[in-house]
Amino acid sequence: MAHEHDTQAVERVYRPSPGLAVAVDDPVQNPGLPPHRERVTDKDPQANRRAVRTVYTLFYVSVAASIWAVAAYMLFPIEGEYATMGNIRNNNLFIGLGIAFALLAIGIGAIHWSKSLMSDKEHVEARHSTRGSEPTRAAVIQAFATANEESGFGRRKMIRNSLFAALVASVIPGITLFRNLAPNDGNDPVQLLNETMWAKGERLVLDPEGTPVKAADVTIGSAFHIIPESLAGLSHDEGYLEEKAKAIVLLVRLLPEQLKETEERKTWSYDGIVAYSKVCTHVGCPVALYEQQTHHLLCPCHQSQFDVTEHAKVVFGPAARPLPQLPITVDAEGYLVAKDGFSEPVGPSFWERH
Amino acid sequence: MAREKKRRSHGRRSPLAAAALIGIGLVLSGGIYAGASAAVAATSEPTAADTALTAEDGQKLFQANCATCHGLDLQGTDDGPSLYGVGALAVEFQVSTGRMPLQMQGPQAEQKPVQFTEEQILAMADYVQSVAPGPDLPSDHILDGEGDLARGAELFRINCAMCHNVAAAGGALTQGKWAPDIQDTSALHIYAAMVTGPQNMPVFNNMNLTPEDKRDIISALLYQQEEQAPGGFNIGSLGPVAEGFFVWIFGIGGLVAITVWITAKSN
Repeated sequence: MAHEHDTQAVERVYRPSPGLAVAVDDPVQNPGLPPHRERVTDKDPQANRRAVRTVYTLFYVSVAASIWAVAAYMLFPIEGEYATMGNIRNNNLFIGLGIAFALLAIGIGAIHWSKSLMSDKEHVEARHSTRGSEPTRAAVIQAFATANEESGFGRRKMIRNSLFAALVASVIPGITLFRNLAPNDGNDPVQLLNETMWAKGERLVLDPEGTPVKAADVTIGSAFHIIPESLAGLSHDEGYLEEKAKAIVLLVRLLPEQLKETEERKTWSYDGIVAYSKVCTHVGCPVALYEQQTHHLLCPCHQSQFDVTEHAKVVFGPAARPLPQLPITVDAEGYLVAKDGFSEPVGPSFWERH
Repeated sequence: MAREKKRRSHGRRSPLAAAALIGIGLVLSGGIYAGASAAVAATSEPTAADTALTAEDGQKLFQANCATCHGLDLQGTDDGPSLYGVGALAVEFQVSTGRMPLQMQGPQAEQKPVQFTEEQILAMADYVQSVAPGPDLPSDHILDGEGDLARGAELFRINCAMCHNVAAAGGALTQGKWAPDIQDTSALHIYAAMVTGPQNMPVFNNMNLTPEDKRDIISALLYQQEEQAPGGFNIGSLGPVAEGFFVWIFGIGGLVAITVWITAKSN
């Protein structure tokens, strides 16, 4: 082989190809290939035999593992009386181990074979120039010109332009389909994002039972997870989840003197009880990690924190706006009711809300 | 011997030997640590007192161990809150989980080995209850774990999972506080936490979660504690971040190691 006898051979025939490189007087010397180093298996017949043994052992291990996988399928039944979580786990584990070892052993054996026993002599394959010869290049240009001539693509402008129009039009159905992912029940999506089920007189009830809550039930330090009463009666087919995703509310009670309320929102709380939307104004995760001593609400997704005592203003994190507050009061029977719906859209920004 | 020497001179030590050695070392030290900490935990088990203690003994224990911070009459000081109305349940929870007496001021009381026997704890609870009553220990019915599991799990997801993790593995709160994992918490302590709202945990009174709701939640948690994880190794049940890191480090790391092995020259 070249590298064994004349390591300088490549350099000696070095001829820069015209057009591909700038000829320089002192090109970097081609170091050539390092001298071939013999492997242990080439020199030591005992090591060679050991490598052979390793390879066929690995292949037999693979056979055994395949058989084991079949056996494990029978040994770890998961049907009828055996259908427990533990049995399913064992079944998956032992079948999986069998298949994994069967495939791994084939792969490791094959690579070990090629690395330790197959010939590892290096070979040099000289690259040829990638540029075609002049006649080839002329022939290609001729072929294109002929094709243009025969198809009339350049000449028949009407056909060509109508093809362009057809290609452009073929994208339009895709736009229609994707646009149709927006709510299609005749409702304006902006309207849907703006409105929740909360309205004047709507009772605050417990999620998910629908039990109405009296103001006296809400003790200091507690956190109530609240939905509107008319939502509790909805079935899944009637959009329960879609409405719940917007209407969830967290209800907490503080000492009235702890609340720092603005003048116009003084009437939105009831005797220290405040209700805030649970949908984060950042990207809409449910904000419900309420720390009763710091009065902070933490959003688990991106660590936005809201201060419940100050109209849920953002005290930390990426959220842009305070959580919307639900104005509440009590009805004649003492149950908490909404004084009105949310005065702003809940949740993250969208195209008509920034 | 000669053969051994010959092997060495050929550099037959596998390049994976170092990695294997480190792996074995880690497994060994981890195992010894786990064993040692289990042994320590086993020896620090409080021994039961011989005689039944009364609220008067509880008062003495309280004055000796708690009054520095909570005041001689439970009125509280600058260093600790008043205990009026916290009830026997709060005392039982705080002391028998090792949170009280407080080890040091910090973001949150740490759980540490329990400092009193069960009898002493109940005596202090009796004393606190007798001075200014509050929530008392529940009936066995609530703690029996025979409630509606599916309903309990749903209530857990709505009311608890945001802080304590859906698999009850706990989670981080703000500024060094955390919601502890409740994967090995007893039924009584789960109940006590819901009723008394220790530290930053909100209170869940009987109008929010009825006693039957609490029984269902406790049942669901007890079921989860006993049930084997169907997926095998659960990586602390910490969810997609921990699982992602596992795959990045061990999965992709394994692929890199295999790639290095495939392309390395055989010696």
